[in-house]
Amino acid sequence: MFFSDDILRLEAIEHRYGARVVLRVPELAIRPGEIFAVVGPSGAGKSTLLRLMNFLEKPTRGRVIYHGRAWTPGSLPIALRRKMTTVFQQPLLLNASVARNVAYGLRVRGARNGKSDIRQALEEVRLAHLAEQSAQTLSGGEAQRVSLARALVLNPELLFLDEPTANLDPGNVKLIEEIVRRANQERGATVVLVTHNVWQARRLAHRVALLYEGEIIETAPTRDFFEHPQDPRTRAFLSGDLVY
Amino acid sequence: MSAFLEGFLQAIQLIASFDPDLMEIVRLSLLVSGSALVISAALGLPAGIALGLKDFRGKRLLVALVYTGMGLPPVVVGLTIYILLSRQGPLGELGWLFTPRAMVITQTILALPLIIGFTMTAIAAAPPALSLQLRSLGATQRQIVFTLLYEARAGVLAALIAGFGAIISEVGSVMIVGGNIEHKTRVLTTSIVLETRRGNFALAIALGVILLAITFSANWLLLHLQGRLDPRQ
Repeated sequence: MFFSDDILRLEAIEHRYGARVVLRVPELAIRPGEIFAVVGPSGAGKSTLLRLMNFLEKPTRGRVIYHGRAWTPGSLPIALRRKMTTVFQQPLLLNASVARNVAYGLRVRGARNGKSDIRQALEEVRLAHLAEQSAQTLSGGEAQRVSLARALVLNPELLFLDEPTANLDPGNVKLIEEIVRRANQERGATVVLVTHNVWQARRLAHRVALLYEGEIIETAPTRDFFEHPQDPRTRAFLSGDLVY
Repeated sequence: MSAFLEGFLQAIQLIASFDPDLMEIVRLSLLVSGSALVISAALGLPAGIALGLKDFRGKRLLVALVYTGMGLPPVVVGLTIYILLSRQGPLGELGWLFTPRAMVITQTILALPLIIGFTMTAIAAAPPALSLQLRSLGATQRQIVFTLLYEARAGVLAALIAGFGAIISEVGSVMIVGGNIEHKTRVLTTSIVLETRRGNFALAIALGVILLAITFSANWLLLHLQGRLDPRQ
């Protein structure tokens, strides 16, 4: 069901790579202020879904509606594009200092006085002491936290997270989850989190969806999703019995 | 062995005395190769970026042509330009044969595939998702291209070094289209050939030492720039 205040809506989406259908989503709505988690096995189409939502890829069919209008990657005005950002599984940092990496989004927006914002973002991810260090010298966890700071400093309305803690140690996972929670509660960012870690989804999300073989199987508030799953495939996925 | 020593000493003498003939030859060498480098960079960098970033029909063929161009025999390029610019040729009316302009054209053609090829490889080496990440951070297409170019700066500088090194030391094509005319089209490499033929080995070696010194200085400058642009150094 759609609400008029949905921040982002997908309608009748079908996405193909060649002849292969990789995603088929009749409807999906993201509500403002929520953390919405998309869980599912590897290869289910989670990252593709995120790229469509962030207007980084154009769906083969269907509409992505943002701020009440359907846009494509080509038609989305830059001002609206700059209200959203993605943190990818790979931190993809530039060959520059930590501070310059965090400053990147501000620089492309022409912002000149972002020093205090950069410092605050780095403090949030507990890396202020590494501001002048080369980003190439960071550990995996530190690099991902810089990637998060680079997104947070933009105060995005919509924050997409693509497996942000995959392959990280428990300490970094805990820290990043805290950062995501704060981004949602204190900065007011609506968060769409893609993960195959169901426990992370349970800890963070207000609502959860299962994506399996390119289709949304079930969407529900987090407690219902985990305690009263309606679809047998959701039950199987949660119990680890879904073979894929 | 004494010819080498004599040549080296003569090189120092020539440089120290600011010999006007030598300065003219050095100036023309730098002007011709510098102009060719600037033109080939202006054309080659955007082409290399486009080839590194975009997938399109016929790209494989184009890349194969670029790689072939990286090994173009200079004398063949010189001969082709000679025929085009000769009085009977389609561009004969320009009157550019045996002028520095003709030399710039041949050197541009020689440097262009090197700059395209090296730039393409450097840009393509960036993670494919980096463009998406930059777009997602709010960068425009133009900002993405400049960021990728900056990320690939080591490879881009290598492209410029390779291009400059290939043309400053090249002799076959500039000899054909320039004609090695004194005070007009004589450059370091053609002077070396001339002095060798005359039996002035010491002077030829002296000119060779100066050519090497110029190439070394240019490369040193570019490497220094590369180091300054690298936050790890």
